[in-house]
Amino acid sequence: MTEILEVLLRVVGVLAAFLLLPLLVGQTEHKVMAHMQGRVGPMYAGGFHGFAQLVADGVKFAQKEDVLPARADRAVFRLAPAVALVPYLVALAFVPLAPGLVGVDVDAGLLVVLAVMGVGVLGALMGGWASGNKYALLGGLRTAAQLMAYELPFVLTAASVAMAAGTLSLPGIVEAWQPWWLLWQGLGAGVFFVAGLAELQRPPFDMPVADSEIIFGAFTEYTGLRFAFFLLAEYAGIVLLCALTAVLFLGGWHGPVEDALGWLWTLLKTLALAVLVIWLRVAYPRLREDQLQRLAWQWLVPLALVQLGLTGVVALA
Amino acid sequence: MNAVELAFALLGAVAVGAGALVVTTNRIVHAALWLAVSLGAVAGMFLLLTAELLAWVQVLIYVGAVVVLVLFALMLTRAPIGPTPSAPAGRLAVAGAVAAGTAVVLLAALLGTLGVERLELSTTTDGAREFGTALFSGWVLPFEVLSVLLLAALVGAIVLSKGRRGEDGR
Repeated sequence: MTEILEVLLRVVGVLAAFLLLPLLVGQTEHKVMAHMQGRVGPMYAGGFHGFAQLVADGVKFAQKEDVLPARADRAVFRLAPAVALVPYLVALAFVPLAPGLVGVDVDAGLLVVLAVMGVGVLGALMGGWASGNKYALLGGLRTAAQLMAYELPFVLTAASVAMAAGTLSLPGIVEAWQPWWLLWQGLGAGVFFVAGLAELQRPPFDMPVADSEIIFGAFTEYTGLRFAFFLLAEYAGIVLLCALTAVLFLGGWHGPVEDALGWLWTLLKTLALAVLVIWLRVAYPRLREDQLQRLAWQWLVPLALVQLGLTGVVALA
Repeated sequence: MNAVELAFALLGAVAVGAGALVVTTNRIVHAALWLAVSLGAVAGMFLLLTAELLAWVQVLIYVGAVVVLVLFALMLTRAPIGPTPSAPAGRLAVAGAVAAGTAVVLLAALLGTLGVERLELSTTTDGAREFGTALFSGWVLPFEVLSVLLLAALVGAIVLSKGRRGEDGR
């Protein structure tokens, strides 16, 4: 009986984190971006500094008509938002907040998260193709090209941390982490974070959804709740990438009074990285397609290989 | 039949069914998507056989990368929404004969290995370490041969993409 209760608690916990954290990041984006641009952002919804803006947005999305283009491939078009969203929910269950505080603890947690994140991209591809729209197809193509270029440095730098810690288990990696790893794995952390941003198609890597050229890429034809699901997937992806970077490279729950406050440190590190993601969106213009590919193949892949070599030499020495 | 065996049988049915749809559907992008389902079901079977590492590598490489590559190639060339015309009957017959021949050879090789002996599933929690040790001690030669094969493919891709001399006027 207690076992069932524990499983139930974990499921509820993961679901709550999945529903709350992306909204928190979204609201932070509204406010932080506004203040960086000398605006105040949403101020009315909910009363206090527009805290309920995203709830209002959700209600608005739910009321909109669900339009299905006449030339679309119906089944694939309908399925795509779920394929984009569900993998992030699954992946979030494997990220630990503190010792024992994790949805599912498995031996190869790092590999699970990387594998499941890769599946989410299929959603954008399916949506881009099934819309029967040239702009959507172009967006899908750019998504695929970007994913293939950035997946390699992403996985290589994650492998570097796993090599340093000698385990693929996410809690195990945090246990093995020491402060000087910030220096040792620093290069890998940068490559991992940038490649992750590119996989999420966040600015400045938002070529696949570039609104001034191809409207909204693969999501052009989507309306209402299905569109909201794609947006939610983007923000859930930000939460996942930031949490993963915090756990892999920034020591997760290590910090003052870590026995009692460990979960808070993980959350704070995640949130700080999320603010960095927002800051990058405000600070940098969009990269062109050739610049994107050049950054991945000529900079990130070689740097990731250098990091992998460095990790191997230091770990064996 | 316990729960694991039942789940294994169900996943097997999904893998075979999706695999059949890959080759019978007349919508080419659907074929690629059914391929993802089939490969995912095989990953689930690895998971039930306690080969955790292999299962997730299967998802990472095949569903996450190979199927994306297939979809990319399809979208870049020709991927109409709706059915594509079927191949001429003559070509279908040749393809069917090749497929049937391969199936006979594979079945002949596999059926001989079927036995009644039951193997206990290993319950080790350190599968990744065991996998790595086995791969880089006993199986290091096939591993290196495979890397030579991949290198050859890489060189071939570079040669093909550079084009013939003088073709593009340079």
